[in-house]
Amino acid sequence: MRNRALHIIGWPALAAALIALPYGLSFSQQEVLVFLTINVLLVASYRLLTLTGEWSLGHVVIMGVGAYASALYTKELGIYVPISMILGACTAALVAMLLSFPLFRMKGFYFLIGSFAAGEIIRLLWKRFRDPFGGPKGIKKIDPMPDFDIGIYSFDFFEPISYYYLALVVVGICLWIMWRIERSPVGLTFHAVHWQDKLAEAAGVNVRAYRTLAFVIASGFAGLSGALLAHYIGTVNPNSFDIEMMVFVLTWAIVGGTATFYGPIIGAIVLTILNEVVLREMGFEQMRPLIYGLLLICSVLFLPKGLESVVQKVLARRNGSGAAAAGEEQA
Amino acid sequence: MTVPFLEISGLTKRFGGLTAVDGLGFKVEHGAIHGLIGPNGAGKTTTFNMISGFYKPTAGQVRLRGEEISGLKMYEVARRGVVRTFQHSTLFAELTVLENALVGTHMSFRPNVFAAIIGWDAEDRRGARGRAEEALDFFGLLGHAHERAGDLPHGHQRALGMAVAMAAHPDVMLLDEPFTGMNPEETNRMMALMFKLRDSGVTILIVEHDMHAVMGLCDRITVMNFGRFLTEGVPQEIRTHPDVIKAYLGGVRHVA
Ligand SMILES: Nc1ncnc2c1ncn2[C@@H]1O[C@H](COP(=O)(O)OP(=O)(O)OP(=O)(O)O)[C@@H](O)[C@H]1O
Ligand SMILES: [Mg+2]
Repeated sequence: MRNRALHIIGWPALAAALIALPYGLSFSQQEVLVFLTINVLLVASYRLLTLTGEWSLGHVVIMGVGAYASALYTKELGIYVPISMILGACTAALVAMLLSFPLFRMKGFYFLIGSFAAGEIIRLLWKRFRDPFGGPKGIKKIDPMPDFDIGIYSFDFFEPISYYYLALVVVGICLWIMWRIERSPVGLTFHAVHWQDKLAEAAGVNVRAYRTLAFVIASGFAGLSGALLAHYIGTVNPNSFDIEMMVFVLTWAIVGGTATFYGPIIGAIVLTILNEVVLREMGFEQMRPLIYGLLLICSVLFLPKGLESVVQKVLARRNGSGAAAAGEEQA
Repeated sequence: MTVPFLEISGLTKRFGGLTAVDGLGFKVEHGAIHGLIGPNGAGKTTTFNMISGFYKPTAGQVRLRGEEISGLKMYEVARRGVVRTFQHSTLFAELTVLENALVGTHMSFRPNVFAAIIGWDAEDRRGARGRAEEALDFFGLLGHAHERAGDLPHGHQRALGMAVAMAAHPDVMLLDEPFTGMNPEETNRMMALMFKLRDSGVTILIVEHDMHAVMGLCDRITVMNFGRFLTEGVPQEIRTHPDVIKAYLGGVRHVA
């Protein structure tokens, strides 16, 4: 009953809040909101990848593959932007599929290093080949999302609000799909592969295929987040997808916690707010890597289970008191 | 002449200089409970690891219904109907008891990403759940379905390991010391369940140190020592076989 009510009231309320949100923000804050929405997709897809127990350092580069691919499809082939975004996501998934052959011969630490090396090789190719990747300067003047009108609202994609709504819908659908995957038998198998790959294999699970599957799906969503980014800022270059960005993603995931679906998302939101509200206002923006590093260490030391553990505790207490209240009503 | 159901021949595993299993050969009949015993370090687990595809044999073959299965990967062996349990309670400790059993149903209800997203796999999910609950019920674990597997007492964890294997509906189950950590009462109950499992058509190959259980359960017993075949026979013969007694007196444990 409680749960039903929460669903019926909670989701529309959240949707309304998210729709109203940009009206309370300044122009530059609205821009940050767009980036945040895209980053939520990125970090949520990263968690999907970690479900099978492997942590990659190449995820941001895979995001870049989606960004470059989508940019090139529109520029070189004249493909309609929304279609090219989806093709960009597919390209990222395909590249991940190819990378999985060498990478999944490795496990744990070696996989981590291998994924970093693979990412750096891709970045090197972007820098090395001016045609078509534009070399170190990257690709400029990427086609924006074409404006359109849905009757009640006309989208003008030079406005961050419009792009925010677009990103919100796309990211919302993607999160819903990832959620469905995780709660399905496929998701259970991912967890099984993570906790005991030997036992999973004894039950007939092709462990390597499932690791690859998680990697490919996660990379597809990361690629889509990259495509969203590319057509918003209109330019991509190898440095937008460097290891520093990867460290941010790791920090969001670790500070938020990766045991729950929402943990990394909370991490991304809280740290972005912290970054924008505190650091930028106070003029500490330059020190972002340093402060992220400190936060990472503090969260490992003092909140090893991440921000999600705080949420879980609060929810448990509320449910507990709710059950107690229900008991009193009965009495 | 009929093809033996499960045939092990010349099976050998070397770890560097150590030969853990040395030219081992025996046959398991369909529908039997077959024991594999021997002192500590005799190479029983290593043998299981080779049959199940966890290790590649250095030499020798394992044949199931005449088809060679040695050298296949563990999941490929499982898909041919040979499912194992592990000597130490190997479980998905973080998952619930029911989820553990659900993983066991993987082969019969192959998950599909697209069906899962759209929601077209409702029937499979129901089927898998039914199968998992049946396996849990068989081992008396249904009441614990929503507990975390790692929180179960040790005896229950052993039973859950078998329930996961049983949920896969195997033709052959390889059980590595299933009775460790169980008290005599639990052991007796578990023995009754093994007979039931055998009667339902599952062939069981079992490694166990509990001689009371082994002698009571097995139709035939193969004894190995220092990686080699020592002797084979029905429990009565094994119990009184001088070589077996000598091997065990030389080792740590005694034949009951
Ligand atoms: N992965 C390995 N690497 C090196 N040596 C191993 C390995 N696995 C087993 N051995 C060695 O092989 C021999 C046989 O071990 P195994 O585990 O098969 O014995 P076992 O019969 O199962 O014993 P127990 O009754 O104690 O379980 C032992 O001497 C062991 O030390
Ligand atoms: Mg052993």
